[in-house]
Order: sequence, then structure tokens, then C-alpha cells
Amino acid sequence: MSQLLLAELVKKEQLKPDIFKYSVKAPNIVKEAKPGHFIEIRVSEQTEPFLRRPISIHKLDRENGILEFIFQVKGKGTDILAKKEIGSQIDIIGPLGYGTFQFDEYTNLAILGGGIGVFPLYELAKNAKESNKNVNIYLGFRSKDFVVLEEEFKDVSNKLVITTDDGSYAEKGFAINYLEKDIEEGKVDSIYACGPLPMLKAVQKLALEKDIPCQISLEEKMGCGLGVCLGCAVKTAKSSKEAPEYWHVCKAGPVFNAKDVEI
Amino acid sequence: MNTKINFAGIEMKNPVTVASGTFGYGREYSNFFDLSKLGGIITKGTSLKPRNGNKPSRVCETASGMLNSIGLQNPGVEYFAENDLPFLRKFDTAIIVNACGSSIDEYVELCRILNTLDIDGVELNLSCPNVKAGCMAFGNTYEGVKQVTSEVRKVLDKPLIVKLTPNVTDIASIAKAVEDAGADGVSLINTLLAMKIDIDKRRPVLANNTGGLSGPAIKPVAVRMVYQVAQAVNIPILGMGGIINGDDAIEFMLAGANAISIGAGNFINPYTSVNTVIGIENYMKKHNIEDINDIVGTVQMN
Repeated sequence: MSQLLLAELVKKEQLKPDIFKYSVKAPNIVKEAKPGHFIEIRVSEQTEPFLRRPISIHKLDRENGILEFIFQVKGKGTDILAKKEIGSQIDIIGPLGYGTFQFDEYTNLAILGGGIGVFPLYELAKNAKESNKNVNIYLGFRSKDFVVLEEEFKDVSNKLVITTDDGSYAEKGFAINYLEKDIEEGKVDSIYACGPLPMLKAVQKLALEKDIPCQISLEEKMGCGLGVCLGCAVKTAKSSKEAPEYWHVCKAGPVFNAKDVEI
Repeated sequence: MNTKINFAGIEMKNPVTVASGTFGYGREYSNFFDLSKLGGIITKGTSLKPRNGNKPSRVCETASGMLNSIGLQNPGVEYFAENDLPFLRKFDTAIIVNACGSSIDEYVELCRILNTLDIDGVELNLSCPNVKAGCMAFGNTYEGVKQVTSEVRKVLDKPLIVKLTPNVTDIASIAKAVEDAGADGVSLINTLLAMKIDIDKRRPVLANNTGGLSGPAIKPVAVRMVYQVAQAVNIPILGMGGIINGDDAIEFMLAGANAISIGAGNFINPYTSVNTVIGIENYMKKHNIEDINDIVGTVQMN
């Protein structure tokens, strides 16, 4: 069950000029959270900016009740958030979401991430590795300067492939191409993805063609994050022009079976 | 100290309600607090048949507010009666159903059903700016409002409140239509029709191009309209538009609102409505007010 709390910022790391990793003390959220869940942060007590910011959970330290999240400074909300100092209280609601990553029934997991979409995949990989799954991770970035968390993901994987679009670091090309190769060789029985829309569309198509179960984490502009305002609509696969049907990212997702949604 | 009110024939323990579309059917917020602390709950806009709503993107943030173009997505009155109403009835609070339709016949048929349910009243939605047919199409003329309200009145014995759109030239005349048609109260304001443009894409942010503006940004407009309507009609007023605390609520009541609703304020803090109840009580203590009803419409104009 989600709750609102003021969580103390205990550690702040700057991963890139515009990307921050925050560790906050939120034992009650950590206790309930599952891989794929998200939180919503109110960055200011004033009415500007107005809405909460939905941010994915990166890591859960269950022993110490510490929650880690990583965010990119994109606008005025995340800009204010990036200026919070150690010891300050952060207004958080969480854990939020209903659909989370499910891997129990599978053995050979393929985790595909792109850009800042890699963050919510870490807790999934960690949990899967601890459950002795074969964890293969494919992460794509624009170029060398954008590569993040390589060591962390290495520690929770059996195999890690890093790609850059321009080849300035590691493998050149798109991460999904390396995933596809492993599918061809029969090394994958389930796929988990988060990243830019073109990547999600490509992996959805690939998974449907190869008939491999695939779970994707989606985002959409949100009002409340609680399932009330019905703002973050996503079309279902059953939806048609005559009879549109919508689910909601915060209420049914953010993780969906790729075959169930139209993106 | 008394915070009890009787709004349009509906007994409430305090003047704080939650606005349609910002509280669903109560379940999500019941995880955060006891809904019995509220004077009343106005449900999500509910129609005769289920509605799918508009294409995304449906919401975006603006200065001290937000735009929405949900398009009245709801499961329909039958589903509501079976699944949501029994849940809401577990709480000691007034339940008012926001009713929306695309034609007069639909409004009438819906209210005929609502009349048979265990609810405290109906808020007739003549003001949603995000659907093509019905709603605001009826709500922006005296004749339209009077006609729909009169037809509904014939089949509805329960308290009838009509929710007004601010997207009109003279809201007082629209409120008069509500009174003339025999309704028990008015609620205002619904959202202001608005647009936000993505300057990189050179396109509106919302898929529906336009949407309704809510949040603290609209509060001064709402306060002015509540005042104007209070001068024009004798039926009670449910005031709303950007209220996020007790002080805001008091401002509306001084302008002439008998009760108030928390709308978008629920999104930024799930406790906004209950905190508003406390804020009102604090104001009463500070100003030695014995009965909250005594402050309604007591603003002294310059």
C-alpha cells in the first residue's frame, strides 16, 4: 500500500553533469516496493511547479531501508530536486504502480534498457540474479558520455552488453540487435525492457514475432500517480478506432505485458 | 464550534467535499485517510454507459496548475452501483454522483437510475469542456441549462446540484437558469478551457489540443464568479477552483460559497482535503466563529 512520507536524503551522487543518484531513508516504502514500482516526488511546498514528479525506483536496500532513485535534470521540477542538500526531507509517495516485473517462471532473462530507461531495470536484475536466474543485460546509450552504471549492472548479470549508437564506447549499434542474436541462438525465454519509445516498439515487435514473453515499463504524463485522474492513458492491444480502450500507466502499469498494449 | 452544514438538503459534517474527477470513487484515497472525515464526496463523472475517454496525452502541467482532457472516462452507472457505491457507503460522508450525458434523454435516463440508488444527491455536469457532445454544449446558454435541468428535475427527487462552466460571458445568468429550473444548488467552477503548445513540436501538448485548466492558477477567477453567482441566486453554492488549504476555502465561503470542493489539490497531496477541514477549524478558532454557516457571503465590498 502506498504512503506519503518525508524521506531524509542521506546520500547524493552526481553520475553525469545532469544525472543524479539520490539515496533516501524510506523504510516503509522499501518494505513494500517491488522491481518496477515507482515513486512520486513533490519538489516544492509551493504551487510552482504544481504536480509531483513520477520517478522510477533504482535500488532497494531492504536491510537499511534505503531507497535509491536516479533522475535526469530535464525541467524546473528536476532542477529544484537536483539542488536538495544532504539531510533535507523529500516529500515522496510510494511505492506506486500495480504491474511490476515478474520473472519467477523463467530461467533465461534478457533485460533491455536504453538511455535513462536503464534505471528501473537494476532492481529487477539484482533480484533475478539473487534467484539464480541466467541474467543477460543489453544496455544502449547514445555515445560514450551517456554510458552509466556499467559496473553496477555487471555485478548483477551473467552477461552484460553495452552499446553506443556511434560506437564511441563498447559495441557499436543498437542493444536490441545483440538481444536478437541471442534469441536466434535460443538463449532467451523472457524479455524485460525500459527505454525510449522507438526501442520499446522494436522490442515489442521482436517479442511478438519470436513469441517470447516480454514485459515493458511505460511512461506517460501523469496527474496524480494514484489511479484517480486517469491522465496517463495507454491504449490496449484490443483497442480499435471505433472502440478505443485505455488502461493507465500508474494504475495497471507501469510494467505491462508487451502483447497487451499498443504503443 | 459548529462545522455542520445542510447543503441543498444534504447534511454534511463540514463544508469540505472533493471535486468530481479528482477523487475517483474514493478507493485510492481511502488508503491515506478515513473518508468519513469529509463533508462529502463528489464522484468521478459517471454516464449511462461506460465511456473510454480521450486519446493521450491527457494531462500536462502549467503555471500553478494543470490541464486535463480526460474525456469523462468512466465505467458507467451500472458498474458504479454494483462495485463502487457499496464501498463508498461504508463511510459516514455524503455521496453525490456527478452525472454526465451526451443528450437530454441520456441525462434523464441516467438520473432516473440515480434516483433509485442509495446516494445523497446528484451533481449534474453541464460543464465538461473535453467532450464533443453534451455537457458544456448545454451548459453555456440560459436556455440549454434550464431545459436539461428542468427535464432532470422531473425524474429526480434527490437533491439536485448543477455544475457550471466558467467558459461563458455571464455566469450569473446561467446560475439563474439553474434556480429557475428548480434545482437545489449550483457548483462552480468547472475548468477553464485552455491550451498549451509544445514550442519544439509546434503542436498542442494535449492530444485533444485543448483541455481544462485547474489548480491555484484559476482561484481568483473562481472566487469572483462565486461572488457574482451569490448575488444572483438564492440557492446554495458549492465553490471550487484551486483550493488547497483552509484559507482558500474560507475565501470562497466569504464570497458566498456554502460548501467547497478540493480538486487538483488532491493530486499534489492526498491529505489536502482533510487538512482543509483542519484549516477551516483553525480559522474559526482564531476569529471566534461559533458556526461556519455564519461566515457565508459576509465579504464586505469596497
